[in-house]
Amino acid sequence: MDELIIETKPKNLSRVLAFVESHTGALPKKSQYRINIAVDEIFTNISNYAYQNEPGIAVIRVAVNDAVTIEFEDSGVPYNPIAQTEPNLTQSAEERAPGGLGVFMTQKLMDTVEYRREGGKNILTLKKGVS
Amino acid sequence: MVINKQLNGTELTVSIAGRLDTITSPQLEKELESSLPGVTKLHFDFKELEYLSSAGLRVMLRAQKQMNTQGNMTVGNVSDVIAELFDMTGFTDIMTIVSNAGK
Repeated sequence: MDELIIETKPKNLSRVLAFVESHTGALPKKSQYRINIAVDEIFTNISNYAYQNEPGIAVIRVAVNDAVTIEFEDSGVPYNPIAQTEPNLTQSAEERAPGGLGVFMTQKLMDTVEYRREGGKNILTLKKGVS
Repeated sequence: MVINKQLNGTELTVSIAGRLDTITSPQLEKELESSLPGVTKLHFDFKELEYLSSAGLRVMLRAQKQMNTQGNMTVGNVSDVIAELFDMTGFTDIMTIVSNAGK
């Protein structure tokens, strides 16, 4: 898998997307958009929460064959995003609190989202078939 | 992302081209903060919008809340991918999606 090692600053999302798109460029636009949204949500989460107050390092790996696989690795605080509760989607605009949607959307947009904690690292693996 | 605003009396049309994501959403939020006072009809034209992430959805939600207190809001020219996002997040029930660029 090709990998990008990058500081976990929210503004680095542009570089992360460019790296992912250099692998997904041949896919239909709709597939690229869905993947980009998932990458935005996960990288933004890591940038905001993994290392608390200061930026750390994330490793992002991409492989494209009959599926697109994207792996996010950080050495920050243990955090399993897919263990969070689902947002309430039936509330009116007034009742809704901001946030909580990113991980939910990622799970809907991808075929699988898997988390593991290994050697002091958070590893989140996204997969999406491209048949 | 490019934002184009057209004000006609108290009716504002906001057209967005590109991506409404974590990086660009604050820019739209700022534009709306300065433009929405006094507006009674807000229309978003998404013809040139590629996609939005949850950061973009938050800005849309905020605009909807504000327009609920001062008029109404519509969203038009929604692509398949964006319609899918609105559906999966329940935003379809919160916002008024119109089938063309119309009023």
